[in-house]
Amino acid sequence: MILVASNSLTTPAIGTIFWAVLIFSLFFFVLAKFAWKPILSMIKQREESIKGSLAAAEKARKDMVRLQSDNEAIIKKAREEREIILKEARDVREKLIAEAKNKAVIEAEKIVEAAKAGIEREKANALSDIRRQVTILSVEVASKLLGEKLKATGEQEKLIEKYIKDVELNSN
Amino acid sequence: MKNGKVSYLFFTFLLLLLQIPLAGQKSHHSPEAEDKEFNASEFIIEHISDSHEWHLFTKKNGDHVSIYLPVILYSKETGLHFFSSKQLAHGHEHKGFRLETEGDYAGKIVAVDESGQILEDKIPLDFSMTKTVIGMLAAALIGLWLFLALSRSYKKTGISHPKGIQSFLEPIICFIRDDVVIPNIGYEKHEKFMPYLLSVFFFILINNLMGLIPYPPPFGANVTGNLAVTMTLALFTFFIIQINGNKHYWRDIFATPGVPFWLLPIMIPVELIGMISKPFALTVRLFANITAGHIIVMSLLALIFIFKSILVAPVSIFFVIFMDCLELLVAFLQAYVFTLLSAVFISLAVSEEHH
Repeated sequence: MILVASNSLTTPAIGTIFWAVLIFSLFFFVLAKFAWKPILSMIKQREESIKGSLAAAEKARKDMVRLQSDNEAIIKKAREEREIILKEARDVREKLIAEAKNKAVIEAEKIVEAAKAGIEREKANALSDIRRQVTILSVEVASKLLGEKLKATGEQEKLIEKYIKDVELNSN
Repeated sequence: MKNGKVSYLFFTFLLLLLQIPLAGQKSHHSPEAEDKEFNASEFIIEHISDSHEWHLFTKKNGDHVSIYLPVILYSKETGLHFFSSKQLAHGHEHKGFRLETEGDYAGKIVAVDESGQILEDKIPLDFSMTKTVIGMLAAALIGLWLFLALSRSYKKTGISHPKGIQSFLEPIICFIRDDVVIPNIGYEKHEKFMPYLLSVFFFILINNLMGLIPYPPPFGANVTGNLAVTMTLALFTFFIIQINGNKHYWRDIFATPGVPFWLLPIMIPVELIGMISKPFALTVRLFANITAGHIIVMSLLALIFIFKSILVAPVSIFFVIFMDCLELLVAFLQAYVFTLLSAVFISLAVSEEHH
């Protein structure tokens, strides 16, 4: 015969309750302190780190996309700027060339003018000189023809000046 | 394949009908054993009941070989007593105590006087470490070892991926957390109740599974099919509910909103019954499910002895294996249900909004 303990099937035995309380309390408190707390915190940490990593990866991906679009925008802008700068440079160059040309033309004109003026002056001088010489010569010729009549007097000189003036007035 | 199985079963049933007696069965039995009619209900009750000894096997001459468990008694008059249950075997008296086998005190240790008369006013309190207690203790130690080892392994692996035992236990822990506790109690408060609910889940689960393994000790004790054990676990849930119950919970019981005050004398007892019926439901559900499973398995095995034919054995074993598979499911299911209901009852007591 087995030593069946009390009518244990339908009546909860006080001794079993006592041991169950004791054993389960110990089981619960020891595990709560030394098992569940570290295990659950570790699982939670892991989950948070996974969540964080995923979020970081997602953020990095978005950043990449943004950076790429930024880069493209920057490149586009740079290209535009380059175009503008090149255009400006071209304009400036053309302007400079035009200016230089203008200046050169003006200078040349000026020089030509000056040269012309100089030539005119020289020509006038030369002409007046020639006239003078011609007059002197004609006077000499005339005096030779006339003989010594008009010789070396102040009147001769005055007469030459008078003729030259008349000639100059006429030529003008 | 399938045909072969069917014909095998048919053959077995055919032989079963013929009831071929167990070869040499009668000649080997002692006269008393032969006379003694096999009592299936006694056979079953013995296996699912608590006991002061752990039966190992029975010799051919009918002697039982058992582990005798410690008896601890407290009597108001004589104080604490501590001795082996071997002293009480076969109806022996020891220190004025006797283990009754029949009558009003069947199964109880009673105090007796010199003439062997039961002293009804001196029944000692029995704190013996019975089969259930030893089984429960073993389950608790296995659980402690398992989860302390798990905790250590978490310290080692840190937050890297689960390894070894973690990959087996972590999904269960996460299942309890994500599908049982958080949906009921809510994320804000779940951390407070996780340790208890995990403890109760694994305590029940380990005991259920150990109860399914028939042999050797400490396996095979019907721990979660013991009313005292399930009641204790339910009372833990009960006290956790009462301690953590917020003002909504108590107002619902003692001043149910929307109920006229003259109805309160009816409502308060109703609410109190509701309060007590929760742990009662937990107690009975676990106890009945596990005990029923054990009874069915034992009944199927008893068939062999009822028919006194070894040819019933394959059929019995087939059905026992089937039942054990079912019991394996039940072991998980009842641990889950107990935890789930505990979580639901706790959530009713701690939720802020009104239902």
